[in-house]
Amino acid sequence: MMKSTLKRVMPQIIILALVLAANFLVFRGFFHVEFQHGRLFGNLIDVLNRGAPTALLATGMTLVIATRGIDLSVGAVMAIAGAVAASAVVGGAHWTLAVLLALAAGAACGLWNGVLVAIFRIQPIVATLVLMVAGRGIGQLLTEGAILTFNDPGLIRLGAGTIAAVPTPIWIWIAVACVVGLVIRRSALGLLIEAVGINQTSSRLAGINARVLLIAVYLVSGLCAALAGVIVAADIKGADANNAGLWMELDAILAVVIGGNSLLGGRFSITASLLGALIIQGVNSLILLSGMPVEFNLVIKALIIIAILVIQSPRVRHSLYLLRASTGPVLRERPKPAPRTPQEEGQS
Amino acid sequence: MAMPEPVLHARGISKFFPGAIALDDVELALYPGEVHALLGENGAGKSTLIKCVTGAYSRDGGTIALSGAEIDPRDPLDSQSLGIGTVYQEVNLLENLTVAENLFLGRQPMRWGMVDHRRMKREARDILRDYGLDIDPGRLLSSYSIAIQQIVAIARAVELSGKVLILDEPTASLDHDEVQLLFSVIERLKGRGLAIVFITHFLDQVFAISDRATILRNGRVVGTRRLADVSQTEIVTLMLGRQLEAATHHRAHSEPGELLLSLKGFGKRGSIEPFDMEIREGEVVGLAGLLGSGRSETANVVFGVVAADQGTAELRGRGLRITNPREAIRNRFALCPEDRKTDGIVGDLSVRENIILSLQARQGWHRPIPRAKAEEIAQHYVKALDIRLASLDMPIRLLSGGNQQKALLARWLATEPELLILDEPTRGIDVGAHAEIIALIEDLREKGMALIVASSEMEELVAYSSRIVVLRDRRQVGELTGHEISTKSIVEAIAAEDAA
Repeated sequence: MMKSTLKRVMPQIIILALVLAANFLVFRGFFHVEFQHGRLFGNLIDVLNRGAPTALLATGMTLVIATRGIDLSVGAVMAIAGAVAASAVVGGAHWTLAVLLALAAGAACGLWNGVLVAIFRIQPIVATLVLMVAGRGIGQLLTEGAILTFNDPGLIRLGAGTIAAVPTPIWIWIAVACVVGLVIRRSALGLLIEAVGINQTSSRLAGINARVLLIAVYLVSGLCAALAGVIVAADIKGADANNAGLWMELDAILAVVIGGNSLLGGRFSITASLLGALIIQGVNSLILLSGMPVEFNLVIKALIIIAILVIQSPRVRHSLYLLRASTGPVLRERPKPAPRTPQEEGQS
Repeated sequence: MAMPEPVLHARGISKFFPGAIALDDVELALYPGEVHALLGENGAGKSTLIKCVTGAYSRDGGTIALSGAEIDPRDPLDSQSLGIGTVYQEVNLLENLTVAENLFLGRQPMRWGMVDHRRMKREARDILRDYGLDIDPGRLLSSYSIAIQQIVAIARAVELSGKVLILDEPTASLDHDEVQLLFSVIERLKGRGLAIVFITHFLDQVFAISDRATILRNGRVVGTRRLADVSQTEIVTLMLGRQLEAATHHRAHSEPGELLLSLKGFGKRGSIEPFDMEIREGEVVGLAGLLGSGRSETANVVFGVVAADQGTAELRGRGLRITNPREAIRNRFALCPEDRKTDGIVGDLSVRENIILSLQARQGWHRPIPRAKAEEIAQHYVKALDIRLASLDMPIRLLSGGNQQKALLARWLATEPELLILDEPTRGIDVGAHAEIIALIEDLREKGMALIVASSEMEELVAYSSRIVVLRDRRQVGELTGHEISTKSIVEAIAAEDAA
């Protein structure tokens, strides 16, 4: 089991290693981690820390995409959750209550998406587009159009604090990913979600409750987005409904795609999506460290991403496979293979 | 039809597909003012013939003459402008445009460089009146029923071509009244001297509207008949190509056990007319009928794929309501659907995962079947059903048709069903697997399972069924038991004219 997972995520690990190596090339101190004032500092820690929102979103997005869906609303849900948490603490609520309220808001958003997709059978891209557009409006209503700042230390700790010298966001995304991953793979949920994503009709006829599963994955996506929204708000000590989570849904989808998960649904790997999220953050860091003018950032990021996707494309992979097959040991004289038994056939 | 000159005369039409002869020296002659039915089982070559005549396929031999002049249409558009219009089962119009726009698309009346909407609407209204339709052509096509859309499609085809009209399964999604509406339009067009080709699986409709019929079997014409001169039995015999006398022997079965399921007035509007059915343990109820007769619809409504909207069901004397497959499975029903690819297998999942899928779905997500247990279940059925595969981990889509079918059977047997519904269990699988599946059905019956088997293979049904329910035009028209069971009596029941 472990071995097959490793094989599945090997391309992502290699790409991440390459991106980190490139970071090292432009900035020799990249891997240097320091312990100061009870906290770990360093560019590597920054990648893990800054990658938290994308990693959280990618966790939920992986499940949604596995069902052949997509959730465009996660960026807007981040804004809503941030606004809910901020207005709660500003209104005098304890920070734990504020976080719970933000999570409830995220769950409600996910439920809304799920119901539109599963019950009303609206195409996911359209169904979630509604909240993507309306969500920021809702956030602005909550913050009354302004950036709602707060200085509740409890809430701020979620974004800027540390636990055991490691920034809290890192703990949060790793914990969430572990919990979701364990629940999915230790129960039959993973199998059922994949079945629904591959063939919904067959799954329904086999007795799978596709509706409930669909609603559940959008719910999880909403919860993950809410957590990401809280972290972002806590980090800047304020809820900015206009900019919090802006375009983050695209990064999340990209992370899932870089993770090698098909947008057509089916087989999925959360681990690979998380590596995808780190790759994106690694590229962000690379651009910053290289000292390129900021205007180039998005263009260069796009170029790097295109390169990653092209390398992963079926055509290039097939060419690589052919290249490997036509060189090296294959050309050497080899003894004739023994006739195959039926058991072996198809395994190669 | 003593007219000397056929309006369309296709002679010696041949079409080869890799490894198969789809059409072999086929002749089709259409006379003006006749409705000509094109009959044959699935795969007999009806569609291929139409595609060759309209130029959708390039034919490999033969000539086509239209009004005496030889033609060679390159594509359906070409044949349309020559005078041959085609209307398919799925209406090929644009639902988001108005009726008038659909009628005039590509040839709108113009005025000062702009579409003259007023004139277009007026002309559309006049045209549709000729078809007995008094509707507002300014409204969207999608606001009208399929039957009306169908007639608009016919009107467009006739306006564009005007010599030959080909109707490919036009009534498949229409109800009884709508069919009558369509028939009145066909009668009008017949009066205008058009030659109409009518393709359908509904034999009653053939006899109701057609003058002659050409029957195809395995890519050859097996006969052209004036329908006034023949009986439905003769037509069915021609279509199936079976000698009715050589009926397979029905074997005696052990006595069936307790009553399991009893359906009364069970049905779904627009899918299957209400029917009564009882099934006991250790009994196989066969569902016979032509394609589109309601075999699959019966299987689906029992399993809750479509929820019944009338009638009652009792399972072992207790009332039962089944509105979706999950409830059916909870009551130990199982259904192997007709279309393995789209409704059965989950292609990218492994064979093992496919086999345990229904069992897992019934257990619920929180009680996963452990890997070792799944392996054991899958291994057991791979052995018991002789499923040939390289590894249980390979995606099921890589298996051959017969092995996929066996794996699906394994999926359902793993849930230990009391009622197993099989829809075309032997379609598209090789001879060996075919015999094994039939043996399995008999074995399950002897073990006391209740089975409903829908099949187009009559010999098969005769061999293993305890009773056979015969369907036609989406209703039950007969039930055969004991010594009555033979292919001959099935064909007779299908063709019986009084039951219409």
